[in-house]
Amino acid sequence: MNVLKSAFSAIAIATAAFAALPAAAQDPGPEAYKNALEGKRIVMVPMAMGFDLAQGWAGYLSKEIPNFGGVFETRDPNWSVEAGAQAIAEAITSDPKPDVLIVMAPDMNSYSKLMRRAQKAGIFVFLIDNPANFKADAFFGGDWTEMGRIEAKEAVRACGDSSSKQIGLVQGDQTNATSLFQYNGIVEEMAKHEGFEIVSEPFSNWDATTSRTVTTTMLQQHPDICAIIDFWDGDAVGAAAAIREAGMSDKVHLIANGGGEKSANCDAIKNGTYGAVVSTSVRRESYDMLAMMKYLLQSNVKPGDAATYIYTDTDTINDLTMTDSSCWDLSALTAQ
Amino acid sequence: MNLSTFNQERIVLIATVLVVIFAAIVLPGFLNVTNLISIVRSISVLGILALGMAIVIIGRGIDLSMVAIMAMSIAWYLQMLHTGYGETEALMLVLLAVVFIGAVNGFLVAYADVPPIFVTLATGLFVFGFVRSQLIPSDAVTVPAGHWLEAVGAARFAGIPVDVFVFLTLAFATFLFLRFTKWGRYVYYAGDNPAAARNIGIPVRPMLVLRYILSALFSFIAGLLTAASLLSIQTRVINSNLLYDVILVAVIGGIGLSGGKGGVRNVLIGAALIGILLNVMTIANISLLLQNLIKSTILLAAIILDGWLNPRDEQTAQQGDI
Repeated sequence: MNVLKSAFSAIAIATAAFAALPAAAQDPGPEAYKNALEGKRIVMVPMAMGFDLAQGWAGYLSKEIPNFGGVFETRDPNWSVEAGAQAIAEAITSDPKPDVLIVMAPDMNSYSKLMRRAQKAGIFVFLIDNPANFKADAFFGGDWTEMGRIEAKEAVRACGDSSSKQIGLVQGDQTNATSLFQYNGIVEEMAKHEGFEIVSEPFSNWDATTSRTVTTTMLQQHPDICAIIDFWDGDAVGAAAAIREAGMSDKVHLIANGGGEKSANCDAIKNGTYGAVVSTSVRRESYDMLAMMKYLLQSNVKPGDAATYIYTDTDTINDLTMTDSSCWDLSALTAQ
Repeated sequence: MNLSTFNQERIVLIATVLVVIFAAIVLPGFLNVTNLISIVRSISVLGILALGMAIVIIGRGIDLSMVAIMAMSIAWYLQMLHTGYGETEALMLVLLAVVFIGAVNGFLVAYADVPPIFVTLATGLFVFGFVRSQLIPSDAVTVPAGHWLEAVGAARFAGIPVDVFVFLTLAFATFLFLRFTKWGRYVYYAGDNPAAARNIGIPVRPMLVLRYILSALFSFIAGLLTAASLLSIQTRVINSNLLYDVILVAVIGGIGLSGGKGGVRNVLIGAALIGILLNVMTIANISLLLQNLIKSTILLAAIILDGWLNPRDEQTAQQGDI
């Protein structure tokens, strides 16, 4: 009898336990995730929408953000600092206001006040690619000083010890942080290599035709140059044209930096336009941004509290290192 | 020798010569033949645009849509080639569009009496906005592999790039047009005094339309040469200083904005000064901010000197500049 009784109670307990099991073991994650992220509005203001970096970020973000029920929007200032400022101001006052504002700053200072206002209004501000004088909740992109060092190392490697050791730069401008920091990095790294010197350092003002003109002049004045570093793949086609037209493609190693897009970077290395591209992968930057917004929107962190730097590792893509996965493909991304 | 023979054109010419002498002494390699060729080459596209601008300015107008037409027509042309249009079809379509925009500019100025500065500012923005948003997917379009523009970009005669020949040919043609054809002379009459020109029976309005069509076509040619060399066209050029440089070349060479004055020679002198300055400043490693300062100081000095040596006459003072 006792045996029977205890058997029954065992079954009863087991049944009760079994019945209770689904409730006790239910995963709290999806609910919390959904509550925190659903309906969140993310607005991106790049310098322009019509170039590979912005199209890449938008491509990856617009795929993933709807998956958690968020809304993703972009604004296109088309390289106008004023239009970008307007877009940010409009986003801050819009209703519902965005939860995350992603800004690509054109220079160190233009948007600093506006971005501070956004944070005060309760919006997380992400800075992408270009540093600025502002404590963003998170910065994504390359460490530009490090980019400069890496470009210089690539130039030194490509030239080799038996070369002229003369290196030319095609800088961007004198206000953009990417240009200033890159330059510092290059100079710093060059100093470590005996005999290497920067023989010419003109500016392209980010314009391809100007890049071509100044590079042509540079090559005439210093025909022994063995490597040229152009500060952006958006204008480096000009430097490439100058090298090609001078018939020095075999002699001069052209190093640019870019976002690792296939036709802009990998294809251009294959066809000899560039010798190497130092790439901050847009793909990785995009997924870093997604992870960070998922974290911040679920955390108790308030806009303005965090100040994190999420530097993406930079790859040097050249003939030796290029693989099928070195680049991402914009046309494939937008076609999906 | 009268002081007033030192007009702006001569002042700029003297400045240019001084810069050349200075550069030849201080900068080794400046007088090198290849460097001289590259100077001319570097101003070819700028010079072609300035020729078109000069024709319009002499007729007392201004065309602010040139850079937009240059970049966007070529961008659309290349985009059509990428999306499967035939060569002739694409070229014809784009030429039609270029002529059409030029005609719209001219029509609005000539028949609707809207000041050219507003008309061309608006059409420039329209051309950019329409092509960028409706016709091309991103702001740079590449030249398809194997396209004839590649051959144009690589072609050299006696070691000189094609751009230079195109520029010089167009300069010569413009010179012949302005100096020796009836319609060319009319440009000066219309620019000097439109009302009087109309009174003596010159077809002032149709000619205005023609001038804007010409400047649009010059823009198209400048765009083709740019694409041939870079193997792509970057529509970002619209945000650059290029348009100001074009006006600068025309104005610094001595083509008065009040119309009726100047010619191809002024464009050549203006372009030479700008090209040589950029070259010298690049060789001397002068920073970008300082370069702009130097360029603008020279322009200001030329204008002030000209104003001092050649005071404005009663007529211009009454009509005002554009």
